[in-house]
Amino acid sequence: MKKNSRIRKRRLDTTILRTATNYLLPLLLLFSLFVLLRGHYLSGGGFVGGLIASIAFVLHSFAYSTRRTLRLFQVSPLLLIPIGLTLSFVSGFLPVILGSPFLTGIWFADSVAVIGSVGTALFFDIGVYLVVIGVVLTILFTISENV
Amino acid sequence: MLTLIFLTFVLAFIVLFLKEFVRTKYVAIISLLPFSIFLYLLSFLPTIKDGTSSLIYTTDWVPSLGISLDFKFDGLSVLFGLLISGIGTLVYLYAISYLKGHPLLHRFLCYLTIFMGAMLGVVTSDNLITLFIFWELTSISSFFLIGFNNEEEESRKSALWAFSITGLGGFFLLSFGIIVGTITGTYSISELLNHSDVLKDSPYYLLIILFLFVAAFTKSAQFPFHFWLPGAMKAPTPVSAYLHSATMVKAGVFLVARFTPILGGEFYWNTILLVVGGVTMLFGAFHSVFRKDMKGILAYSTISALGLLMFLLGIGTELAMYAMAVFVLAHALYKAAFFLITGIVDHALHTRDINELSGLRKHFPLLAVTAVIAALSCAGIPLTFGFIGKELIYESGLHFSDDSWILLITGALFITNVFLTASGFLIGFKPFFGKGMKKVRIAHKPDWMLLTPTIVLSFFTLLLGIFPIIAYKEIILAVFASLNREVVEMPLKIWHGVNSSLLLSGCTILLGSIIYFVFKKWKNPMCFVQRFDRLAPQHIFSILAEKFRLLAYKYTFIFHSSYLRSYLAVIIVFFIGLVGYKLFTDVPLRVNTTGLSEFRIYELVVFLITVVAVIFAINTSSRLTAIAATGVVGYCICLIFVFYGAPDLGMTQFAIDTLTTVLFVLVLFKLPPFLRFNNRRLQIRDAVISISFGVLISIITLQALVSPADKDISRFYAENAYVLAKGKNVVNVILVDFRGFDTMIETIVLSIAALGVFSMLKYKEDEEELEN
Repeated sequence: MKKNSRIRKRRLDTTILRTATNYLLPLLLLFSLFVLLRGHYLSGGGFVGGLIASIAFVLHSFAYSTRRTLRLFQVSPLLLIPIGLTLSFVSGFLPVILGSPFLTGIWFADSVAVIGSVGTALFFDIGVYLVVIGVVLTILFTISENV
Repeated sequence: MLTLIFLTFVLAFIVLFLKEFVRTKYVAIISLLPFSIFLYLLSFLPTIKDGTSSLIYTTDWVPSLGISLDFKFDGLSVLFGLLISGIGTLVYLYAISYLKGHPLLHRFLCYLTIFMGAMLGVVTSDNLITLFIFWELTSISSFFLIGFNNEEEESRKSALWAFSITGLGGFFLLSFGIIVGTITGTYSISELLNHSDVLKDSPYYLLIILFLFVAAFTKSAQFPFHFWLPGAMKAPTPVSAYLHSATMVKAGVFLVARFTPILGGEFYWNTILLVVGGVTMLFGAFHSVFRKDMKGILAYSTISALGLLMFLLGIGTELAMYAMAVFVLAHALYKAAFFLITGIVDHALHTRDINELSGLRKHFPLLAVTAVIAALSCAGIPLTFGFIGKELIYESGLHFSDDSWILLITGALFITNVFLTASGFLIGFKPFFGKGMKKVRIAHKPDWMLLTPTIVLSFFTLLLGIFPIIAYKEIILAVFASLNREVVEMPLKIWHGVNSSLLLSGCTILLGSIIYFVFKKWKNPMCFVQRFDRLAPQHIFSILAEKFRLLAYKYTFIFHSSYLRSYLAVIIVFFIGLVGYKLFTDVPLRVNTTGLSEFRIYELVVFLITVVAVIFAINTSSRLTAIAATGVVGYCICLIFVFYGAPDLGMTQFAIDTLTTVLFVLVLFKLPPFLRFNNRRLQIRDAVISISFGVLISIITLQALVSPADKDISRFYAENAYVLAKGKNVVNVILVDFRGFDTMIETIVLSIAALGVFSMLKYKEDEEELEN
């Protein structure tokens, strides 16, 4: 009983954090995408991007609860892992179909606005990004729910 | 062939999903698969039957390592392939009826198909590494087949034994392949033929053949590894018939035969084969007559027959090669028939005890005829194919190259054959003749799918026995040619005239019949054998396995104390010991301080913050403060990364630090209260460990500055990042392009870690729910 009241008290104190999170979550996610996409030319990349995105969700789960954060996802973050792995693998395997060795970089002739030139490496990095989000959130949420 | 084997494996997995289809009567269609392979292999006969040519199909797999999917078709591989697919066809038919209505029939067919594919791979591969892979696949699939009745403990145990013994052999096969590949520079078996002299003169020759022999002896159940085979009889009878008559256990014989032209003919080769094969054949033959369980008799007589085959390879003369080729075929034909007959009897009467069974010929007249034919072939009565084999076996004994050993060798062959004859009679005659049983309750009448296979096998035994020239012309000559470098014509004849081997055959049958009558009357001969169980290899192996388990348990307990702090201490102390030792003995210790840059003021600030945070972390009494303090240390390190121009590293470290702190906070509330360690000794110990670790790392860092690393690699990355990979951020280009494969493996490792955490914690939760 005592424990419950303590938890409720803690929840009540998070108004500022909640309000801030409502703005921070999309901003941080955008930032993580930005970091992901700029990776090829400037500091950044899929791994860091994934970590930043996970931090955004962790922040959300601190402000609300793990359950609420999980509701933001249509699917369990666990599912992001196979999706990411598949994306990485497919982008690596695509050159094999075209007759080059595994993981050869293939690039579109024209570069896309904002992102720059698009190639298999980008999709590979997106795969890494998804895997990292999936892994971090799975570990953190599983631990926070079960410990 | 590659397509065919690949197709077999694909089909095996398709069957797994056809659970409903497998229950219908159309499932017999699946036996068309081995049958079509059989026909396909038959189509090779015209090309290879004169023994002078063979076909090799090559597909590159890992060319840089010399591993390719080569398949070779010569007499030896086609003979074994025909046995595997031919008897496979019969076993499929038989198994479908035998296991009718079994809920896991689809799974059984899947295992059986994988096994068949692997077995075909073993006998046709022409590359040592590919051979090893298929070899292991047979071990794995046979593990599932032997343990098919996985609800019986005995069954599981036998499967595990079979798997450990044959798996052990697999390691030796791999080592053999690697040594041979290193010495000769090729993994191709047909190319090895040209390197035969190199291998024979190599100082490692003895080691090479020992490794090969361990692999072959474990698979072919040679003494002292034989005991997994009787245990494996726990499998459903079709499995025993398939694995233990013609396929898996003959793989060892095949292996030795395959390497006979490359490594054979030397003193050690022949002696080891003669001794081990001889002991095995006598041991197996002797044991077989003591059993009362039909499958037990068959298991030991199979061991004996395998020993006999090894023995013939050990004799190594041209006659012996012929004898070996003929006996492989003859044995497969009659032994498979025996197993199938046993299965039918067991299925119908639910007993395999030959004390209880008698006079069944009235109930199963057709079956009795096939049983008699198989028994006669086993005994080597003229007009059966077994007779041809037995004559040749005696001939090769009588014409052994060293005169002084002829008596011993022929004697061993004679005794083995006498006991084999008796055990054949015990299976083929005892259950079917004599007084009828009082109560015969036939649970299952054998249908055509059960009976046809035995009839087909008996038909071939008779056909080849009456016209041995067919077997000779079509396949035996070719088999001989792949065992021996020169082709020597030696047509098989049904009648050689009265000579000493015919006399020996006669004596064999006579003595065999006497022993048969003695043991038929002896109701419980097992008590005689059981006295020696203590000395049996199985007993010794189980003691060894148990001791090893205990050792592993104790050893694990030392390091696996389940205290995180002692894990850390062990890891760090080990690191200090190993790296420190290497550093101080091998590298001249030179620290050059001139090249270091000056402290800048903000670096000094960061440094001071770090020191304060560390002191805080050590002295605080609250967990939260300690974690916050370590977080501060982490951020300071990030700043240092940024100062020295590693923004990517800094960013990543920053994010990781944040998440680690969060993780700590999450579990923090659940942990027991913070323990104050007032134990001075522990504190000093930890202090010593951590300070020496820190000092060591600092020295290594300084040392690394003194001896600059090769800059070629980093220059290559810097120069080519944009040219080859269109990226300006070298770090990221390395991650996603130059070393993309590493990144991919790392993401997989991460995923496995996440799955591990998820499943472990969720599993615990489910367990608690169950308990409540």
